[in-house]
Amino acid sequence: MRVLMFGWEFPPHISGGLGTACYGLTNGLVQNDIDVIFVVPKLFGEEHLLHENIISGSEISINTDDKLLTNVPEKLKYLKIRSEILPYVSPETFDKTVEKRITEIEREIAEQKPEVSPRKFQFSGGYKGNLMQEVYQYAMVASRVARTNQFDVIHAHDWLTFPAGIAAKEVSSRPLIAHVHATEFDRSGKRVNKGVFAIEKSGLEAADLVITVSDYTKKILVSKYDIDPGKIQTVHNAVLPGKALEPKQKVKSLDEKIVTFLGRVTSQKGPLYFVEAAHKVLKKLQNVRFVMAGSGDLLKRAIERVAALRMSGNFHFTGFLHGENVNTMLAQSAVYVMPSVSEPFGISPLEAMNANVPTIISRQSGVAEVLKHAIKVDFWNTDAMANAIYGILKYSPTAKLMAKSGKKEVKNLKWNDSAARIKAIYQELLID
Amino acid sequence: MKKFCLYFQIHQPFRLRSYHFFNIAKHHDYFDEPLNKRILKKVVKNCYLPANKLFLSLIKRYHGKFRICLSISGTALNQFERYAPEVIQSFQELVSTGSVELLAETDLHSLASVVSPRAFNEQVDRHREKIGYYFHQNPRVFRNTELIYSNHIGKMAARMGFMGMLTEGADHTSKTQNPNHIYTSAGNPTFKLMLRNYRLSDDITFRFSDRAWDQWPLTVDKFIDWICMVDQPYEIINLFMDYETFGEHQKKESGIFDFMRNLPAHVFDLQGYEFCTPSEAMAQIAPIGEISMPAPISWADSEKDLSAWLGNDMQKEAFENLYALEKLIRPINDASIVSDWQYLQASDHFYYMSTKSHSDGEVHSYFNPYRSPYEAFINFMNVVNDLTIRITKKRTKKEAVYHLASNKLEKKHNYH
Repeated sequence: MRVLMFGWEFPPHISGGLGTACYGLTNGLVQNDIDVIFVVPKLFGEEHLLHENIISGSEISINTDDKLLTNVPEKLKYLKIRSEILPYVSPETFDKTVEKRITEIEREIAEQKPEVSPRKFQFSGGYKGNLMQEVYQYAMVASRVARTNQFDVIHAHDWLTFPAGIAAKEVSSRPLIAHVHATEFDRSGKRVNKGVFAIEKSGLEAADLVITVSDYTKKILVSKYDIDPGKIQTVHNAVLPGKALEPKQKVKSLDEKIVTFLGRVTSQKGPLYFVEAAHKVLKKLQNVRFVMAGSGDLLKRAIERVAALRMSGNFHFTGFLHGENVNTMLAQSAVYVMPSVSEPFGISPLEAMNANVPTIISRQSGVAEVLKHAIKVDFWNTDAMANAIYGILKYSPTAKLMAKSGKKEVKNLKWNDSAARIKAIYQELLID
Repeated sequence: MKKFCLYFQIHQPFRLRSYHFFNIAKHHDYFDEPLNKRILKKVVKNCYLPANKLFLSLIKRYHGKFRICLSISGTALNQFERYAPEVIQSFQELVSTGSVELLAETDLHSLASVVSPRAFNEQVDRHREKIGYYFHQNPRVFRNTELIYSNHIGKMAARMGFMGMLTEGADHTSKTQNPNHIYTSAGNPTFKLMLRNYRLSDDITFRFSDRAWDQWPLTVDKFIDWICMVDQPYEIINLFMDYETFGEHQKKESGIFDFMRNLPAHVFDLQGYEFCTPSEAMAQIAPIGEISMPAPISWADSEKDLSAWLGNDMQKEAFENLYALEKLIRPINDASIVSDWQYLQASDHFYYMSTKSHSDGEVHSYFNPYRSPYEAFINFMNVVNDLTIRITKKRTKKEAVYHLASNKLEKKHNYH
């Protein structure tokens, strides 16, 4: 069986969880004897080491008869991208407002009379600039790829690739699976971007089946997007093996125990709840340090709040951490906290647990559905969060047990199992 | 005879290197030697040496009638010593003409005056010693960091034996006071105050090369006209500014050196004007009244208060954390810890954390190594936290040694 899969990023060039999940999943599918053609807008060079059958949208030649989309829904005709809705990337790199009419985009594309034929699109492969235009150029690429390849099902990851998935379905009449890793409601809270919402909804409606990374996300699709729950299946994410740090490798320079927040400092991730919880813990315990590792549009507010609470002696900011520094940070951590306000899944706590760090997660996360050996609190309940932090720091048996059982639990979350579930979904779909 | 007083401030801080959280409790080298050296070398080349040359020639040309006043912070002197000793010689040559008065200030260019009288006294004493050592002068007039002044600070300076202080003369700080007179401080008729004429000073130091300014270009003739147009009765015009105005804040190409070169001749042409230094002015001009300043004022920004350094929570937090170390540092007597703590006190570190967004914000970027006040704060706090750990460790060690010693004593005692 062969699947044509559309993604937006692939390791090692990733901005967030989507690329990692796509890698784990394709890997698992290949292990389950599924052929995967993986398409991304742009290749940076080393992706082939991880998945051999990968196609760069920038290398696809477009013919003039490749229509953008045969029927663009009326509500999609006017799109406005606000910078803060762009997912998976630190907000500093966000560009300013981009406004485009699809018809305009289509006209522009048509007007770009190629000096040389065939014509190709130069995708940035990121999340900034003229993102909406790239999303639709990517759909044209998808339509071309679908004409020239053989496959049984189409699998599209998140809204950026939904127009591509729809286009591929139109030319091939193969079933489309829309895979939701995050919704506009997770990313933007109450300030939902109507254009993105419309693309998400049209993708979900056009799909023959929808996969969500959690029941939490499934509920959002049912309540906010009005999707039939019978059409949605939950397949939880898993963990890539072999990335764990050895416990004895811990590099310890500070005497105090460290409590860590690691992620984008944006409202979705709940960094300010972490600050408040830290303040409550510090009233009871002095020999503890809090670290906020990451960057984002709420960073300034977090810094100002920490200064106003006069706890900079015990609360530190590291900025965005790259590769090895993430491991160093985790190796120094006594507690990991993910206070997300809305987290479709949340891979980062799994990485922390894999590094033997006792972990506290918000109930408003998909990962809470699969973990038993993490403490779960409501993101707004900073009393409970502080209490859990205090407990882990103060009562070493709790910490030891959590570290040990947590690691074991995480080891059992295998992409092969998730992929096997998805394979079964493909098979069901093809029988129908 | 009406008087002109020119005073220039010379200061360079020891800027911090990028000190990441991962460095805490591991590395203790806080200061960016290459950066500090590079900046100093640049300022030496663009400003200190050419400006010294200019003022030396002016002093010689007018046979001592052209007089100026300088204040050189202790950290600037330390940097000269370390990176450009020829600058010290150049200043010594200038001072040896007898036409240059040197002021006393806090050795570290710190804000100690608003938080710790003890640290303040020590730093001023240290600076007086340094000026004596390098220039054989015993400063009689004091200028506090950033011209910060309050009744309390005036009292401290008077107690240290100074005859007076320089401070800011902006309208809303001196109320209706005219900056062009000599005043006394509240409750102390013998302690004199000289106020900065902020309009005329800022015309040179901030606006000289500003093409958007409706008075650009500023010529000496125009400037002299403005002085003649001062309509209230007055005795003295005080032009107080950074020495870096010459060649740094105002680039050489702006004509700032030519402006200064031509200014004295025009002043002498006016008749009835002379140049003087602060101690001469304080001795010769009778004060016309007293100034009471319960809250501190400064020469910074448009607010003329402490908000440039202690305006937001980050600045206050960093400041409080730094000075909370004072009582812990004194008993341990560790030279490297003391030295690090001292260099962290330079007001510049707090200035970099300012979040003011108005036009004065630009001034905050002079020689500023940070991209944002938030980075400045995080970096500074990482260093303060490391310093705190070093101090704590040292103290516990010392206490342990003390306990060991007293245990031994007890045992000895038992033998008897």
